[in-house]
Amino acid sequence: MVVFDKPHALTDVPMHYCPGCTHGIVHRLVAEVIDELSIEGKTIGIAPVGCSVMAYNYFNCDMIEAAHGRAPAVATGVKRADPENHIVFTYQGDGDLASIGMAETVHAAARNENITIIFINNAIYGMTGGQMAPTSLPGQVTQTSPYGRDPKLCGYPIRVCEMLSELEGPEYLERVTVNNVKNVKNAKKAIKKAFQNQIDGKGFSLVEVISACPTNWGMTPQAALKWIDDKMIPYYPLGVYKDRSAKEAE
Amino acid sequence: MSTKQFLFSGFGGQGILFAGKFLAYKGLTEEKQVSWLPSYGPEMRGGTASCSVIVSDDPVGSPIVSNPDILVAMNLPSLDRYEDSVVPGGMIFMDSTLIEREVRRKDVKVFAVPATALASENGFPTLANMILMGKILNELGEFGAEGVDAALRKVISAKHADMLEVNFKAMKIGADH
Amino acid sequence: MADKVLMKGNEAIAEAAILAGCRHYFGYPITPQTEVAAYMAKRMPKIGGTFLQAESEIAAINMVYGVASAGYRVMTSSSSPGISLKGEGLSYLAGADLPALVVNVQRGGPGLGGIQPSQSDYFQATRGGGHGDYHMIVLAPASVQEMAELTVKGFELADKYRMTSMILADGTMGQMMEPVALDLDIKPAPEKPWATRGTGMKRPHNIINSLSLVPEELEQLNLERYERYHIVEENETRFEEYMMDDAEICIAAFGIAARVSKNAINAARKEGIKVGMIRPITLWPFPKAPFLKATEHVKTFISVELSMGQMIEDVRLATECRAPVLLCNRVGGMIPSPDQVLDSIRKASKNGGND
Repeated sequence: MVVFDKPHALTDVPMHYCPGCTHGIVHRLVAEVIDELSIEGKTIGIAPVGCSVMAYNYFNCDMIEAAHGRAPAVATGVKRADPENHIVFTYQGDGDLASIGMAETVHAAARNENITIIFINNAIYGMTGGQMAPTSLPGQVTQTSPYGRDPKLCGYPIRVCEMLSELEGPEYLERVTVNNVKNVKNAKKAIKKAFQNQIDGKGFSLVEVISACPTNWGMTPQAALKWIDDKMIPYYPLGVYKDRSAKEAE
Repeated sequence: MSTKQFLFSGFGGQGILFAGKFLAYKGLTEEKQVSWLPSYGPEMRGGTASCSVIVSDDPVGSPIVSNPDILVAMNLPSLDRYEDSVVPGGMIFMDSTLIEREVRRKDVKVFAVPATALASENGFPTLANMILMGKILNELGEFGAEGVDAALRKVISAKHADMLEVNFKAMKIGADH
Repeated sequence: MADKVLMKGNEAIAEAAILAGCRHYFGYPITPQTEVAAYMAKRMPKIGGTFLQAESEIAAINMVYGVASAGYRVMTSSSSPGISLKGEGLSYLAGADLPALVVNVQRGGPGLGGIQPSQSDYFQATRGGGHGDYHMIVLAPASVQEMAELTVKGFELADKYRMTSMILADGTMGQMMEPVALDLDIKPAPEKPWATRGTGMKRPHNIINSLSLVPEELEQLNLERYERYHIVEENETRFEEYMMDDAEICIAAFGIAARVSKNAINAARKEGIKVGMIRPITLWPFPKAPFLKATEHVKTFISVELSMGQMIEDVRLATECRAPVLLCNRVGGMIPSPDQVLDSIRKASKNGGND
């Protein structure tokens, strides 16, 4: 009896992520969902610039590597190229999605572009070695905020789900995390819904995953998971920020 | 002459581009080589609009008319600006309702038609351009040309077909003036 | 021959693109190319295509990147400042070897500049427009008919060589109307087995990518790309010669500058001056051979440009400095007059090449 198996939608390429990084978990969840929905053959994934830049090596579906922040625009092109036969997802970090690519994010949401976005919020630029992100917390020490993020100097972190929920466009916005088993299960549920929405033609679905970056946070993996509970979630509360279809059904 | 260079100029809204387009279509239907080049930009919104039209037996080189054989001036600034550019022996057609001064040049033929007044009197105040056009065609000996009817049908879209008759009427008034 | 219709250059590009099978257009309003977008907005919904006004030029070129990745013919159009914004995307398209068509209806710069015609994006276009070692196929139409023909050619070459084709036009070419015959020679798009349209669970996954972190591999990719560029240079260089057989003075000009120069050449010939023109139709690859060959009888070259002198550098390279190359130009949205070009020709004729 098989009790544990690698999802078909993941390749055999060993991942380059650091110990304790939660990218691996989220990759797996996305792959499981692709398997369960039997959509691998028609799925096209868009990798960002950031730690998950090489996600194109890890997913078995067709993959595209986009310019920094432009994944939602690239996804728009791929989706519109053949809306009936393409399932398109982007996988983006906080710098990619909420800083350099904010315009592409907001406008894809405003258009209710029928795509799925997996948004990894770990409050830091990981790939370049730990600089301040648009989602870094007030007081958070990073390479480019060595004295702690001072909102007077560099503003406040952006809550993406809350911000997008003010738009008429998007179908579904939910914030989840993956720092314990229960939360991982919830995250998978949200990711599955975000893909199912696209299959059903419902439109723009974004799942924000509060993630851990022990390397650049300067913590052990265990401490990083606890930091999510202690610091991240109070600023970024988990939950559904928009679910148009559910609301209409009420 | 194998090549005729026209310069139409006036206020935006006077149908400068339309008149030029008509002439270009007429050339096309008569199997001539033609080009039509409008001025573009902020002046489209009320300032001076102009357009260059070349009708030729040979391939058109530059589409920019800087020394017109025929200048059509529908307001004073246009005459002020382009009078000197007309080739010696060329023609100036002008709307004398809106241009009160005389043409200074003595080496060009001048045709002053009170086009705006005639257009208003006849109940189609927006067709001063076509009244002038009728005059131009008449002076060029092309008023009855087969291309006129065909060109008008090209330049007036099917959904405005009711405008055909008044455009003809306007040109006739100009031709008879 | 098909019936000719009067069309603006911008509209001819749009219609030719549709005839060439392009069903996806992404753009952003900017003068003087907006007619392309307006035409597409009207036509695309009626033929099952996509017209999308993007939130920015950057988004538009990345939407193009997406459709190109999926293997469909796709285009965007803009004017100078907008093309600068697309520079990033142009580099990524080259890095991922994706075919696409990009139209630049140039206006005067730098910065916001003006909205009148210009050719001052020559360097940007012929040297790639973005970062890194790469080229685009740059096509320079000089009539509305060529706007249509080169649009079709642009798609064909882009697919054939997996490159971006750029139509480098200017405000006059975009705005002017001329008769066009739309019975264009259109070849169907080739198969694109590399495209990301979903594996269908029938093949290993395709990856569209420009990232390559191992220097030896990235070097190899660049070398291979330049081998392909070399083939393009050999096979796809286009130009037109006008009265070059006995020419002692040779004008180099493209687009609207070539139109103006033709008038000046005709006038100069009447004065007995032996002057001709080489009109590059592809600006990259640049038609080096006819220029070098012309040095056998040409004593002076004159580069006529709507720029401070950009193509003149390619003319000097192509002629290997065997004869002087003079500049005759206007900038900022101004266009040289035939008289100005004629003056340059007369001067060159008098000085016998000694400027």
